Amino acid sequence: MGNVEQVVHSAGHHGPAKGLTRWLFTTNHKDIGTLYLLFSLTMFFVGGCMALTIRAELFQPGLQLIRPEFFNQMTTSHGLIMVFGAVMPAFVGLANWLIPIMIGAPDMALPRMNNWSFWILPFAFAMMLSTLLMEGGGPNFGWTFYAPLSTTYAPPSVTFFIFAVHMMGISSIMGAINVIATILNMRTPGMKLMDMPLFVWTWLITAFLLIAVMPVLAGVVTMMLMDIHFGTSFFDAAGGGDPVLFQHVFWFFGHPEVYIMILPAFGVVSEIIPTFARKRLFGYTSMVYATASIALLSFIVWAHHMFAVGMPLAGELFFMYTTMLIAVPTGVKIFNWVATMFRGSMTFETPMLFALAFVVLFTIGGFSGLMLSIAPADFQYHDTYFVVAHFHYVLVPGSVFSIMAAAYYWLPKWTGNMYNETMGKLHFWLSFIGVNVTFFPMHFLGLAGMPRRIPDYALQFADFNMVATLGAFLFGLSQLLFVYNVVCCIRSGKKASNEVWEGSHGLEWTLSSPPPYHSFIEPPIFSHPYKDGHRGE
Amino acid sequence: MNLRQQRNRSLLVKLLVSTVLMFGFGFLLVPLYDVFCDITGLNGKLQNTGALTQAYPINQQRQVRVQFLAVNNEAMPWTLRPARSEISVHPGEMTQTAFMAVNPTNRPMVAQAIPSVAPSAAAKYLHKVNCFCFEQQPLGAGEEQEMPLVFMVDDELPDYIQTITLSYTLFDITPELRPANDVVNSATRSAL
Repeated sequence: MGNVEQVVHSAGHHGPAKGLTRWLFTTNHKDIGTLYLLFSLTMFFVGGCMALTIRAELFQPGLQLIRPEFFNQMTTSHGLIMVFGAVMPAFVGLANWLIPIMIGAPDMALPRMNNWSFWILPFAFAMMLSTLLMEGGGPNFGWTFYAPLSTTYAPPSVTFFIFAVHMMGISSIMGAINVIATILNMRTPGMKLMDMPLFVWTWLITAFLLIAVMPVLAGVVTMMLMDIHFGTSFFDAAGGGDPVLFQHVFWFFGHPEVYIMILPAFGVVSEIIPTFARKRLFGYTSMVYATASIALLSFIVWAHHMFAVGMPLAGELFFMYTTMLIAVPTGVKIFNWVATMFRGSMTFETPMLFALAFVVLFTIGGFSGLMLSIAPADFQYHDTYFVVAHFHYVLVPGSVFSIMAAAYYWLPKWTGNMYNETMGKLHFWLSFIGVNVTFFPMHFLGLAGMPRRIPDYALQFADFNMVATLGAFLFGLSQLLFVYNVVCCIRSGKKASNEVWEGSHGLEWTLSSPPPYHSFIEPPIFSHPYKDGHRGE
Repeated sequence: MNLRQQRNRSLLVKLLVSTVLMFGFGFLLVPLYDVFCDITGLNGKLQNTGALTQAYPINQQRQVRVQFLAVNNEAMPWTLRPARSEISVHPGEMTQTAFMAVNPTNRPMVAQAIPSVAPSAAAKYLHKVNCFCFEQQPLGAGEEQEMPLVFMVDDELPDYIQTITLSYTLFDITPELRPANDVVNSATRSAL
């Protein structure tokens, strides 16, 4: 097997290369996974600083700290960086680290492409962040970059933004191709698709979503580029184009994109809850089908983001009902997790706490989503803080908490050392309180009519904004605990056993902690974790 | 090359092809969107221009109000006014009216008027035998021009629609001299 075998044979008897070039030239899935996760953590803090800038400005009504133009650049960059720089690379990093050791593969299927897909990212984000220093400032049109804000009225730096998005898209597509090839071709003999851990399943489906919609994103930014520089009129009404078309094409990408950011989270939680409930996952098959249904439905609901553009009644109803339909497979998942915990012998280590918070808070985010899906009501909620509250509830205590849970859960496996449990729990509780104090008041602000993306607001919104800002700083600062804990865990700590957790299950726990640089050079014998009594009923 | 590498490679090719196809699909959404709007008549996109292809009966019993609007896009300095802002017509009746365009500036300019019909459900029943939709209209400095419009309302128009609004938005498409803020933009762009 060509690439993999060459690497394995040339490096099989010694560890990683020394020095910086190890990280530059590495084709090892563990190294690349680590790089992705560290990159994501860095971007999480960059985007987080932007969020805190926004919240600091909104601490009181009036303009105190920053100019409105800069405020717009902060909201836009915060969104872009968190979506494309923090959440997506974190999940790709988890996929790189975990998929090969979960399915008994020696490495990813296309290791050199893997190196490339990571190393594009720092350049893409360096380019995007550099626009903040350019004349006219960085992107200021919202992370959804609606035309004509992003074309006719855009700052001159928009071209750099477009190329940065192209590069992120190429990186994600290559990552997705790698994941699909690995999962479909590299499973250890005997492991059927329906034997795969749920994290692997959710990533397989996510990878197909990425391949389906990232090219559409590339298409829409290319159209913007052509409108700006080559005189076309895709979104320019003067030439017979239509700005609403932009929203349709963008959300055709955008809605599957939000599931790209949550499906792997479902996978993570489906791995963690059975471990700490010491029971097998309830309804494995239904979980797989529910994930696939959510992915398929995501292609026909996009216009629920644009109920207010003036759609015909039939369109509003279609998108309203299909959107509500998504609550069914999502409900299946929530009930399955609850049923997994039912009468289990639960313990509450840090990963489990994050996973439980995920289930509860993601459900709150799901419910506010259901409220937003009601077309007649959406005219009231549209572009208010209610929307901000909704998507932060699904993304922060949803995606981000699942990433935190995954980090704590697999950190002992990755590093060979246990993290500090007390500090982990402290981090969890501060984050949990911080997240809710930040985002829950935003529901009320939105219902009271506070519009999103404004640097100043009417006086009646002052109290809740002050509370939200305090929560945001609590949440932001408590993430430093996480970094400290991770650094300590990498350096030293109580040695972790191979299984790490009492109820752990799956091939990755048969490897040593930390796993050898090249693992599963010989495909492991796969025996079904549910059938061999490993964690039987 | 062993079996697994072959399988990886063929899967890679398939997935790359689907990526390219989806990139194409993104662009295909543009004509699909127009086709969808044409078929359903949504969006008030203009339809039914040019000479009539069949005879339409005149319904003397029914009256439909047709309103005319003219709007200038951003920095457009022209004035465009309908000769009459509202006309009451019988369905099937051929009616002629006009818009007056004036270029008050001291330089020749080219404009283009983009029409839109509201409510959008009425778009397919408003036949425009002669209109200046999407046509480029040059006018010299201070020049004035009558832009004729000949239209007919189809009797098939649903009963609940009693008023149709035809709105024109006038865009400046003068090639060499673009609106002021655009010039600034391209200047800053080339400076970068």
